[in-house]
Amino acid sequence: MKVQVKLFARARDIAGADLVELELPEAASVADLRTALAEEYPAMAPIAERLLVAIGTDYATEEQVLAPHAEIACFPPVSGG
Amino acid sequence: MKLTREPIDYTALTESVRSPAAGAVVLFLGTVREMTNGRRTLALDYEGYAEMAEAKLAQLEQEARERWPVVNVAIVHRLGHLELGDISVAVAVSCPHRRDAFEAGQYLIDRLKVLVPIWKKENWDDGTTEWVHPGIEENATNLPPFQGPETPVSR
Repeated sequence: MKVQVKLFARARDIAGADLVELELPEAASVADLRTALAEEYPAMAPIAERLLVAIGTDYATEEQVLAPHAEIACFPPVSGG
Repeated sequence: MKLTREPIDYTALTESVRSPAAGAVVLFLGTVREMTNGRRTLALDYEGYAEMAEAKLAQLEQEARERWPVVNVAIVHRLGHLELGDISVAVAVSCPHRRDAFEAGQYLIDRLKVLVPIWKKENWDDGTTEWVHPGIEENATNLPPFQGPETPVSR
């Protein structure tokens, strides 16, 4: 299945795009997404384990399964304030 | 609870949480600091994931209300290009008594910094820029790890 992933901050800079499309197996998890991002963008690999993943407006767990049309976002640790 | 690209009117924000029910109003302002670990900042650029940031700010309000007798709370975070001394975030909270107001204010800004999807990018005075991502090593310049003054120098 194809999923669209919003990227922010350094993750977006590395990918060179604020929205990327990835091909994932059906019922892929957040952990699978992390792996796919690191493979698609090797420069993302060093920070892949530290990326935060959100589905909708909530943080997702590693085991959470991705739906094809889920609103997915991926970004490094936040630094507001 | 909102994001803005305009300067934050913290006076109006503070007024918005005042109430006869509250004997204490606490205002926290985060401002752009010049020096960080000996390096000089020229400016900061803030970016946010707006929909999620606003949802998380609403969640913070809920969390604070579950823990303290909050009368009113208002938080504004600025995005975009900020110069030294500019206000990046304002947290205003009112409670019947000061201890609760101080604690709630501290809780809100501490939680904001780990939960709300907003990022700052340093514009250093040497011309480099660098996203601030706690826990991830810097990318602009890979400085050697800091050696404490007690560390013997190997020859």
